[in-house]
Amino acid sequence: MADHPTGNSEKKHLFDNPKNVSRAIYLLVAISVITAGFDLVFARHVEHPIENIFGFYPLFGFFSCAIVILGAKEMRKIVMRKEDYYDDK
Amino acid sequence: MTSSIAPFLIFYAGAGLAVLCSGWVRSAVLLAVPLVGGYNLYLLGSDASATIGLFGYTLEFIRIDKLSMVFGILFHLATFLGVIFSLHVKTRMEPTAAMVYAGSALGAVFAGDLILLFVFWEMLAISSVFLILARGSERSYNTSMRYLIIQVLSGVVLLAGVLIRIHETGTITFDYIGLGGLGGTLIFLAIGIKCAFPMLHNWLIDAYPESTPTGTVFLTAFTTKVAVYALARAFPGTEILVNIGLIMALFPIFYAVIENDLRRVLSYSMINQIGFMVVGIGLGTDLGINGAVSHAFNDVIFKGLLMMSMGAVLFRTGKINGSDLGGLYKSMPWTTGFCIVGAASISAFPLFSGFVSKSMIMVSALEEGHIYVWLALMFASAGVMEHAGIKIPYFAFFAHDSGIRCKEAPPNMLIAMGLAAFICIFNGTYPWLLYSLLPMPVNYEPYTWTHVVTQNQLLLFAALAVLVLILVKRYPPELPSVNIDSDWLYRRLAPKALRWLGRSIQKFDAGIRKGGLGFTAGVMRWVERHHGLDGMLARTHPAGVMVSWMIGLLILYLLLYFAG
Repeated sequence: MADHPTGNSEKKHLFDNPKNVSRAIYLLVAISVITAGFDLVFARHVEHPIENIFGFYPLFGFFSCAIVILGAKEMRKIVMRKEDYYDDK
Repeated sequence: MTSSIAPFLIFYAGAGLAVLCSGWVRSAVLLAVPLVGGYNLYLLGSDASATIGLFGYTLEFIRIDKLSMVFGILFHLATFLGVIFSLHVKTRMEPTAAMVYAGSALGAVFAGDLILLFVFWEMLAISSVFLILARGSERSYNTSMRYLIIQVLSGVVLLAGVLIRIHETGTITFDYIGLGGLGGTLIFLAIGIKCAFPMLHNWLIDAYPESTPTGTVFLTAFTTKVAVYALARAFPGTEILVNIGLIMALFPIFYAVIENDLRRVLSYSMINQIGFMVVGIGLGTDLGINGAVSHAFNDVIFKGLLMMSMGAVLFRTGKINGSDLGGLYKSMPWTTGFCIVGAASISAFPLFSGFVSKSMIMVSALEEGHIYVWLALMFASAGVMEHAGIKIPYFAFFAHDSGIRCKEAPPNMLIAMGLAAFICIFNGTYPWLLYSLLPMPVNYEPYTWTHVVTQNQLLLFAALAVLVLILVKRYPPELPSVNIDSDWLYRRLAPKALRWLGRSIQKFDAGIRKGGLGFTAGVMRWVERHHGLDGMLARTHPAGVMVSWMIGLLILYLLLYFAG
């Protein structure tokens, strides 16, 4: 994470250590998997049959977010302009 | 003891006082205004009234019911937080404008009739423009003029609608209107502009990020929420609002991913959140309206908190583009923490305020059998998690270390952010106080096992998607750029079209002139050929020649005569 080392005098911060970055990533993955695992153990109250699909919420969250990001990336080709686009008269 | 002082009066008076004082006295005045106002609100009985007669109509300054009251409380709270956040500001104009602006929002919310609504509607526009001008750059000046034109346009449309409405119904009361007549439709459109309906939204994206670090915090709180209030008052259950709200909830999440200016990301995020509220109002059920109102309440606080944290970053570093920032958690740990609370609240994680209010709207969509609305809102929620929940804190405070080392935000900013963060968590963990303020009876339990688990699944896996895309280097990088949006129509297309039209007219005109000149020149040449100096018709001949011709002709005549 420390792309710009700012000298030895500065104190080391939490994410200056790459190990801590990996730890944070593993933590997120672990919590996600555990939360998804709840579906196997506990029965949920269901409002609509679609919610019965196995892994509905995790899959919906994952793919929605991926679609938003990749869709936006494609959108850049149409809408992105230089920073001074509106400045030059 | 009861009071019948209209809430806006206290704010206008405070603004007047603030102009006259300076230093700590002015700070004290500014802080006292929302506190005194809050006490006054507490004393206002349900029968409180302040009216004046005008042209045979009775103007009603105070209309107390649960709907106006919850927005009244919210605006006092927002002002209080905003004042604390901007206590360090030394200029006179900005805090005064902010006070008038907040007062106008209160005036509009407590107005019992359409004429006063219009008056405060315009006051909102005029006072808020000074908050954008306060930035003092040429860019903010240009933006503020565009902003003012659109805001005043909204006022003009509202005035037209109100006048037609009064003509249609003979009453000026501001209550349920609906899309029935032309008057109602125009009022709907006017509210739509302030509410940032799709294609009418771009003033918000254009203007809010150009204000000062403190001005944006005030701007975020009032204009759009007054519009949400007006919709909830006049157009609940209007079906088209469901579709309008859906579009508002969906399209900004794409823009938010690729926008570089982090306060502009939050502006897109605002439209997205207002989209949820508009859907709730469009559904029109008790749960939908309650959801919309409570989400408006929570949104002012958590969006305010996020804007404050980005304002603090801008204030300390002078930068706000994601491509310039990163690693600030080292310099601004408290701001980082508060920002994360705001991000968790807007993403609607359990125990944070958005969880309670956003789900009310989504459940009401499901209860009404609008499965696609429900799915679309869930899609939008995943998008919010991406741009507001992760992108804002990640690119400002983590990501790649930008090398910027600055001081932590000043104490007044930290206190304001701390209070806002507290309210976010309080409303998330103990929603019943907010419930008691809602306009409809509340019968909703947010903390069921199913809801907590499914919401966590949705959000955590959305976060995982971001993580995966970053790790496989498919995540779009922050780039210095602008993204064209509907403002392109009036900032580029319209000027271009006008220039093209001008050039075409010029060309056409030049062609006609050239043709005309050519024709005239041709005529002149023809005339000259025949009548000019050497022209046949202008030649002079000596008299002798004529006499010879005459004699010649006479001889010819005689010869022919004799020959015949």
